[in-house]
Amino acid sequence: MRDVKVSLVGYGIVGHGVVDVLTRKKKVLRDMGLNLKLISVTDHTGTVLAEDGVDPAKIMSEKTLANVATSSMKGKEAITAIDSDLVVEVTPTNIVHGQPGLGHMEAALTSGKHVVTSNKGPLVVAYSNLKKMAEDNGVMLKFEATVGGTMPLISLVERTLVGNTIFGIRGIFNGTCNYILTRMTEEGIPYTHALSEAQDMGIAEADPSYDVEGVDTAGKVVILANSLFDMNVKYSDVDVTGITGITPEALALAKKRGYAIKLIGDVPALTVRPTLVPLASPIAVSGTLNSAAIYTDLSGTITVSGLGAGSIETASAILTDIASIYRTKRIDAIF
Amino acid sequence: MRLSMNLELQDVPGQLLLALQPFKDNKANIISVVHHRDRKTPRGMIPVRFVVEMDRSKIEPVKAKLKECGISVVRSGEDRLLESVSVVLVGHVLDSDLGDTVNRIDSTGYAEVMDLSLSMTGIDEPSSAYLKIRATGKAEIQKALSILRDVGKEKKLLVIEPIETEAV
Repeated sequence: MRDVKVSLVGYGIVGHGVVDVLTRKKKVLRDMGLNLKLISVTDHTGTVLAEDGVDPAKIMSEKTLANVATSSMKGKEAITAIDSDLVVEVTPTNIVHGQPGLGHMEAALTSGKHVVTSNKGPLVVAYSNLKKMAEDNGVMLKFEATVGGTMPLISLVERTLVGNTIFGIRGIFNGTCNYILTRMTEEGIPYTHALSEAQDMGIAEADPSYDVEGVDTAGKVVILANSLFDMNVKYSDVDVTGITGITPEALALAKKRGYAIKLIGDVPALTVRPTLVPLASPIAVSGTLNSAAIYTDLSGTITVSGLGAGSIETASAILTDIASIYRTKRIDAIF
Repeated sequence: MRLSMNLELQDVPGQLLLALQPFKDNKANIISVVHHRDRKTPRGMIPVRFVVEMDRSKIEPVKAKLKECGISVVRSGEDRLLESVSVVLVGHVLDSDLGDTVNRIDSTGYAEVMDLSLSMTGIDEPSSAYLKIRATGKAEIQKALSILRDVGKEKKLLVIEPIETEAV
């Protein structure tokens, strides 16, 4: 049995999901030979610290840790002071400067801790630095949850399709936009109407610009370009058009001719724009689903789809990343 | 240029070879030959469809030679616009001079707008249009799309292009 001490940084919707999933999957992980112990949970109000593992019952019903914190340590201070093997970083994302997640990840990596994250910002801003930092310190940086949520994409390309040359990836990487476009098509309602419906259902934020202007999708395009295509690009390198200009009439005209209009991110073209997708195409998924077509030399085109967001779904991708760190055997270490 | 030609052959041995000879002699590149044995004409002839790439000036000599050999040319015509692409435009499509937008494509000589449907909701509301563009080849389709992108920028129209189904 391998003991792994995990620190969770960020206790919002995804943070709650991570606590839930780690609790639910304790037995499965033990059967794999992995004893994951959540020794600390930190948010902007403080830290709950427990050597033998944080009791999920005590924190699950708390929105923040303000009432249950056992220490006032926050952020980088908590990351460096607490003796953990792995940090799960799930603070709110900022695509412009990457903070506070960027500082958290740097602190974790330089103190020799693996990092698993769903936070796009730091990877968009400083992927190559973070990757080098991880390599220099002999630890891993895993971020499957940043692109397409629970839909396997990065691990699929890096592990399952290893040996293939990847020509490109095109897909739907934002469930909010896909939901709005789907509703506009189904009901013939205008953009503003579909948006407020999405907001009512909790699918879109009060300030939806991050999703509907294509910013979120562009962030994912940058992450894919840097991590899978070694491109070293920034957010500003992506040509972005959002979905705010789409009309129900345009969707109807397209549908009549056998097309859906979807917000498609394209790597390595580095574009995010509304695009005509044949209705019969496997990437033309509806509702909040995400999808991606991966173009390869040996395997042809491979298409995946799945839930792109959600607390438990994102936590699932995080769990997979954690497990993969400890199941990875280097080829030269087998002999 | 690419040309399709419908011929009728007699149902006797050696006719297909005979029909191919004039194309070979005039350095035509044969793209496809479909021999319709199952669709005999009332006169007992066998229709054959040729698609060839050849120099425009060689068409008449080939036709003359075929006639000389007793092979009838039922139809021959240039397959000009082989590729097509669908595009949706959103914005003030009509007010920004739709005629001019279409003309920019048509005036290229290698691409044409073949189909157009327009959806308008209100006077000041953005309208939407579906366009089908045909062009002489894949490269020409890309050139036409690039023209449309520029027009879109200039006239503040959202140009929604189809997804590339193959990796570029």
